[in-house]
Amino acid sequence: MDFLPRTQQELVEIIQAASADDVPLSVCGNGTKQGWGRAVSFERNVSLCGFSGIIDYAPAELVLTAGAGTPLAEIKAALAAENQHLAFEPPDLGPLFGHAAEKATIGGVLATNLSGPRRPFAGAARDFFLGFSGVNGRGEIVKAGGKVVKNVTGYDLPKLIAGSFGTLVAMTEITIKVVPAPETSCSIIVDGLSPAAASQMMTVALGSTADPSAAAYLPSASQAIFRLEGSGPSVVYRCQVLTDLLRAPVRVVAAAESRDLWQSVRDLHSFRDNTSQILWLLSAPPAAFPGDIDALTRGLPDCSYLADWGGGRIWLAHAVTDIGEAVRAIRRYLGQGGHATVIRAPEDWRQSDRVFAPDVPVALLRKVRAAFDPLRLFNRGRLHSDL
Amino acid sequence: MLMPPPDSAALKAAPQFVAALRDVLGVDNVMSDPRAMRPYESDGLTAYRQIPLAVALPRSTAEVSAALKIAHRFGIKVVPRGAGTSLSGGALPLADGLLLGLGKLNRILDIDLSNRCAVVQPGVTNLAISHAVAGDGFYYAPDPSSQIACSIGGNVAENSGGVHCLKYGLTTNNLLGLEIVLMDGEIIRLGGKHLDSGLYDLMGLFTGSEGLLGVITEVTVRLLRRPEKARALLAGFATSESAGAAVAAVIGAGIIPAGMEMMDRPAIHAAEDFVHAGYPLDAEALLIVELDGPQVEVDDLIARVSAIAVAHGGKGLRISESEAERLLIWAGRKAAFPAIGRISPDYYCMDGTIPRSRLPEVLARMTQLSALHNLRVANVFHAGDGNLHPLILYDANKPGELEAAEAFGSDILRLCVEVGGVLTGEHGVGVEKRDLMPTMFNEVDLQQQMRVKCAFDDGNLLNPGKVFPTLQRCAEMGAMHVRGGQLPHPELPRF
Repeated sequence: MDFLPRTQQELVEIIQAASADDVPLSVCGNGTKQGWGRAVSFERNVSLCGFSGIIDYAPAELVLTAGAGTPLAEIKAALAAENQHLAFEPPDLGPLFGHAAEKATIGGVLATNLSGPRRPFAGAARDFFLGFSGVNGRGEIVKAGGKVVKNVTGYDLPKLIAGSFGTLVAMTEITIKVVPAPETSCSIIVDGLSPAAASQMMTVALGSTADPSAAAYLPSASQAIFRLEGSGPSVVYRCQVLTDLLRAPVRVVAAAESRDLWQSVRDLHSFRDNTSQILWLLSAPPAAFPGDIDALTRGLPDCSYLADWGGGRIWLAHAVTDIGEAVRAIRRYLGQGGHATVIRAPEDWRQSDRVFAPDVPVALLRKVRAAFDPLRLFNRGRLHSDL
Repeated sequence: MLMPPPDSAALKAAPQFVAALRDVLGVDNVMSDPRAMRPYESDGLTAYRQIPLAVALPRSTAEVSAALKIAHRFGIKVVPRGAGTSLSGGALPLADGLLLGLGKLNRILDIDLSNRCAVVQPGVTNLAISHAVAGDGFYYAPDPSSQIACSIGGNVAENSGGVHCLKYGLTTNNLLGLEIVLMDGEIIRLGGKHLDSGLYDLMGLFTGSEGLLGVITEVTVRLLRRPEKARALLAGFATSESAGAAVAAVIGAGIIPAGMEMMDRPAIHAAEDFVHAGYPLDAEALLIVELDGPQVEVDDLIARVSAIAVAHGGKGLRISESEAERLLIWAGRKAAFPAIGRISPDYYCMDGTIPRSRLPEVLARMTQLSALHNLRVANVFHAGDGNLHPLILYDANKPGELEAAEAFGSDILRLCVEVGGVLTGEHGVGVEKRDLMPTMFNEVDLQQQMRVKCAFDDGNLLNPGKVFPTLQRCAEMGAMHVRGGQLPHPELPRF
């Protein structure tokens, strides 16, 4: 049974019925990231796409309020018309799962706390999530946060909702912080680098006044790439600062080419085609890269990777293998601390509780979940078999 | 301000409770003599004072855990305290509660410049972190005005802001990891030196939770490279409308300054009389804009901002040509609070946020309220993010003036909410704004937040009486449904 509520009251009734019948619900936006998370299926599916459209956008206030089901593309277009943008540059993961591009909703992006290459410098989706209204698992309309950029009134529930994969609140309306888009940008490419040499360069760059807004290593091309954004004179100057710091031959690419380059990193173009490959997302201390990344890639069949966030985020792809073996190899790599999430995997992998590995006791997370959705109606089991 | 009535069982158990704490923490780290506890009776909101049942000063995470376990076993309430600089009464003690001071956890544990972070204990002051890495050209960005004294643990608990948070974010945007002890003594670690661990963002939830969910025992903060250059610009405006329009135009031009501050006429005069910074005394509003970054960028942007200011009627423009001039431009703003302290025996600092476009209307209504309550008010304003700090001038020695100041303050905060803003931008709810929470959140919204507290502290022992205007019983809340805005459990005490 598919539901497409258009008012909060309709959504309340769907949830109250589910509660009365004790039947769990799938809660999602456009479903482009349904392949992410544990494999679960439901008899009743609620789409929040009926809550669509920009409700209020005041560029000078740096705030935008929209229905949770508003297409991301619509929001990006409205922002672009005012020379603003979403600084956390959410990746478009849909094509990784075989969906068309540009189909994500803003609610889905926030519910997965999805952020791109600019995250270490500008913040994650959660850092721009100011407030929401929605319905909890008890069928109650709740709101939290606010519609101004600076607010500490009450618990920061938007942070908790960000990355909760719809397991706490079915969002109907969201308010986000938006910021001016950079006037211009360029990228610096350094060729012929080993992972260790690239890591050193990224550490130098990220700790410098060159102030890059992205730094990645592309092992297939042996390239380190850096992005500089800002006003015209600033970008020209910082480009020179960074070039001097790197002490290596560099290529500088201008705004249009730079944009395409980072879009391919952001949207993982290199991992799109082979959808049968397992895809992991590793988050680690940036300077821990490369560590023993060679041992990691050698240990997994047909393995490739991309290091973003100055080495702090690694997208790792490999052919299907035993999950336990992959987990052991990744744990060894993450010896210095960090986190690994399965992004794309076949069904049998997605039965595992290793998809999102919680670093606090699940019992505690379960209590948090119960505070919103005591019957675990929303997306039951998507994050963990006990959540 | 009504606090929960003291629990007679807790008062009776005090001697055994203190003895149990001393067994674990040592005699010197537990106080129960009222005279010795006097320094802990209030925080930065000095209108409220209370001697606690006991004070404990643990020296390690293990001792914090042990102290909480003992309090949990005795069923005794706990109020965590950092440096005690809260302006909202977040660390106000309870007569039947343990005051848990984190000041002895004051070590910087690790500075990791390759990963641009520092691991510190909660009692380390905000500024000490920046000092520790200044020699390497780094700093910790959030800069609450109390940064010389306030502790990083308190900053996390309150999600502190500061003048520069328009560009660099609040505390919550500058954290990587936390270690927290829950009320039952369980120790949890969140995040680390990496970003975005996935699953529920408990670090985001704990930040700004005002000591109601757990006790922070370790913080991993992000460090930033200090900008090459900072320059400030000052301009006077004939109306708050024109100053507000200039602020909107700066942001509309795609410029996010490091800081953008506004002061109204009473604040300008008080500050000028105090520090002689050369502020324009004929202006209704004064704007200070600071740009930071590489010299070439700062020079470019400051020229653009000054053109915008002039186009919006800005007069008497001053642009810093040296670090001394920059500091002089800031001197009046930074001294605004003590400057008000010179012209009034007492002042009460408020902290609402409004949509910036509503500023002229809010200031006009505040003038009316000032007449109504017969108290003067001066405004300093984080103009970039709409965070308003009205300073209400009063004399606590005059009967009724404190109450009038509080009533005036409450009216201002209601006004902030009415125009689409919020009760607090950076100071927290604490006890101060607790009873105003229903102006912003309905009963269901508040119940939702209180249920989150129950997930971590089902006995409601950690900092009760703060943030939420009703006491709660977690066991009953699980089954509680609110219908038609009706108050659940009318028999429960309401402050």
